[in-house]
Amino acid sequence: MADSGVSGGADKKDNIEREKIEGKELTKEEKQRLRKEKKQQKKGKEKKDASLPQVSVAETAAPASQLKAERRARQEAERTSKQSKKGDTGQPATTSKPKIPPNELQPVVKRLPEHIQVDDPDVLKKLAKKLERQQTTENSEIQKIPRRLDYGYKVSLFSHLLQYSRKAPLTQQLSIPSAVIHPAIVRLGLQYSQGIVAGSNARSIALLHAFKQVISDYTTPSNEELSRDLVNKLKPYISFLNQCRPLSASMGNAIKYIKKEISNIPSQFKEDDAKKKLLNCIECFIEEKIVLAAKAIAKSSIEKINDGDVILVYGCSSLVNHILCEAFEKGRKFRVIVVDSRPRLEGREALRRLVQKGISCTYVLISAVSYILPEVSKVFLGAHALLANGYVMSRVGTSQIALVAKAFNVPVLVCCETYKFCERVQTDSFVSNELDDPDDLIVTRKGETQLKDWQQVPRLGLLNLVYDVTPPDFVDLVITDLGMIPCTSVPVVLRVKNVDLL
Amino acid sequence: HKITSSCKHEATLSSTNQKAACSRSPGTMPGPYRETDLTEKVEAFLSDLKRGGSGTGPLRGSAETARETTALLRRITAQVRWSSAGDLMEVIRKEGRRMSAAQPSETTVGNMIRRVLKIIREEYARSRGSSEEADQQESLHKLLTSGGLSEENFRQYFTALKANVIEAINELLTELEGTTDNIAMQALEHIHSNEVIMTIGRSRTVEAFLKDAARKRKFHVIVAECAPFCQGHEMATSLSKDGIETTVITDAAIFAVMSRVNKVIIGTQTVLANGGLRAVNGTHTLALAAKHHSTPLIVCAPMFKLSPQFPNEEDTFHKFVSPHEVLPFTEGEILSKVNVHCPVFDYVPPELITLFISNIGGHAPSYIYRLMSELYHPEDHEL
Repeated sequence: MADSGVSGGADKKDNIEREKIEGKELTKEEKQRLRKEKKQQKKGKEKKDASLPQVSVAETAAPASQLKAERRARQEAERTSKQSKKGDTGQPATTSKPKIPPNELQPVVKRLPEHIQVDDPDVLKKLAKKLERQQTTENSEIQKIPRRLDYGYKVSLFSHLLQYSRKAPLTQQLSIPSAVIHPAIVRLGLQYSQGIVAGSNARSIALLHAFKQVISDYTTPSNEELSRDLVNKLKPYISFLNQCRPLSASMGNAIKYIKKEISNIPSQFKEDDAKKKLLNCIECFIEEKIVLAAKAIAKSSIEKINDGDVILVYGCSSLVNHILCEAFEKGRKFRVIVVDSRPRLEGREALRRLVQKGISCTYVLISAVSYILPEVSKVFLGAHALLANGYVMSRVGTSQIALVAKAFNVPVLVCCETYKFCERVQTDSFVSNELDDPDDLIVTRKGETQLKDWQQVPRLGLLNLVYDVTPPDFVDLVITDLGMIPCTSVPVVLRVKNVDLL
Repeated sequence: HKITSSCKHEATLSSTNQKAACSRSPGTMPGPYRETDLTEKVEAFLSDLKRGGSGTGPLRGSAETARETTALLRRITAQVRWSSAGDLMEVIRKEGRRMSAAQPSETTVGNMIRRVLKIIREEYARSRGSSEEADQQESLHKLLTSGGLSEENFRQYFTALKANVIEAINELLTELEGTTDNIAMQALEHIHSNEVIMTIGRSRTVEAFLKDAARKRKFHVIVAECAPFCQGHEMATSLSKDGIETTVITDAAIFAVMSRVNKVIIGTQTVLANGGLRAVNGTHTLALAAKHHSTPLIVCAPMFKLSPQFPNEEDTFHKFVSPHEVLPFTEGEILSKVNVHCPVFDYVPPELITLFISNIGGHAPSYIYRLMSELYHPEDHEL
């Protein structure tokens, strides 16, 4: 564990600079380094600007001493609080890493994801180069990750996003056998891009299973350490999956967790033991974050479901379906209204599952929601991700349902596991979204397909959005595995989670 | 349950109408009339109305229905033997009841009948020589002071009455023909360049409105497709062929896209007496989203759509069509265990509407009651 702290020396310097600027507390080592740097700086300044009065040096010294005093005081307080929380053994190792203790404000060192900068040609060039770099030269064959191309006319408001066609999956551009990408990942990518695996929980679980396969098939090459090489091996896979379909927030968190676990493997572990440990970690993640979380959420939600309730659900959320089935088994009497929307029509899947259980259901399309809402007593919605400013990112149409429910004074409850919480912020559904295949909107009614040749008509565009964001004033309650919280408490939960290192 | 009951109700109505029509055609009209092709025309019109009951809208637009109704009423006035205004009004009321019963949701039919009845009253009053004001709506003062004044029997015979009434109906017809153009002419007052306009479904009035504005201004239109009938697709193809930049979105994306929309322009099936709308389903959601973003909601509705109905009765307001549009029969087993609804109309309260644009200009929703009093006589509200 200690070696990873020492290795990133240069990065640490930058970190220290940044922290100093924002007046934060530093650990003992960092303080020592800072003192050294300051001495060097002073020497440099004296050499360069001999003409400058000593005041400047004194000025830099005076606030620095103030900062030092503040830092010392804060550090004492921090140390006592930390020691009361954790054991001493874990402390030096963890704090020596570049990761800053959670009570501090993290500086924003963000890189915009490429999939929302499609209209910038420089970004596209960089992406192409990155995909080329992530090739392996196994068997003296250089293969690169293929790049998926845009399809169709894009609406001008969304020209910064990618729009793919389902008929041209990425795997067509791969040669067989592909030495770069593990076949389990290829299969997964194809399942994502064709929509066979959909829904954030399903996608995350499928991803973790595929990674388990990759890890068990992995062999460390000589002269390499497992902890570093495996992470590098995973990078092209992740790029490939990103090209097939942009990663969801839950998948992003899962990948972060795996990478952290891999890099935490001590170097003295044998390969088999390391692999076993990793597989175990992944199992634990799925068990805790997804399965047990669902049980906990179901337990809290059942208190909110009363006899005689009429519950409205939208689309197919695995978590909400689970909750309703559990409540029905526990003997609650309620009926469900399933609202669905074109073109995905996921509600039919939810309908099938609920009817199989024996729950009495009604089915409408989203345009009829203001007709049916006066009968409804509660609305249960699932979420794709919960953003740090309290907005709920979910399937397109969710915000609409929340809006109409608010107008009719019907309570809206969102159910979401904590591993879907995301540090991004977003205020509208334009900047970061996903565009699905526009051909899905075409429909044939009474033998006539109105939009059959939409590509030929010059000014016609079809927009098939996948996600939208719901403002927090439409949502009354969020049910998570940590309890029932208001929508605006999401950043609090994120901080608490960071203490536990996810 | 609602689906089956309303369908059955309509079916029985139509069958009794047909039976009644066949049995009583020569006898019930006061005085025999020679032309049986008038009956034929009426029957053809009725069957057209009944057939156009599916959710995709009537077989022809509302303007055409209004014109056909008025032309038919003119024929009845011309060909049926009547002696006094009261007889004529009875005849028209009877026919009118049959026509509205054929398709209750097609309110333009009823509106035109009431317009013609009002024309007859006015012409009668003019022939009698009484001033226009005396025939105004009943005020409280009039009710108290002149109790028997409303006892107009319309029994006096005037020779010129028939010609006057037919002339007035002709004027009404000319007015009807120009409604779409009148509304479209106002387009440039409401649309500026580089706007993003949102609409839902298919309305011929809005189509003409936007095409007229597109001749001089450049703007972008977003059309919500309005499932399950997807009339929005037709609208989008028609607009884009005229050179307007159009985007088709699903109903679920209405709120997501609304933040970038400058104006919402919609058509409607009926304008209700309180200023509310009975419009295609999905319009209430659109209106709520527009209100949330403080986007103005403009309704393009010609005057013949104004109906003296109020949105009080829940069970007569909504119309449902076959649920197989929503959940097709291919879904198999679950069909028998699930209730499926497919409403056609939505109620939009007047608080969500910013402006009505009609062939006589623009008004606020609070002014609609006044217009209604000028178009229809209060005794004709119930046919």
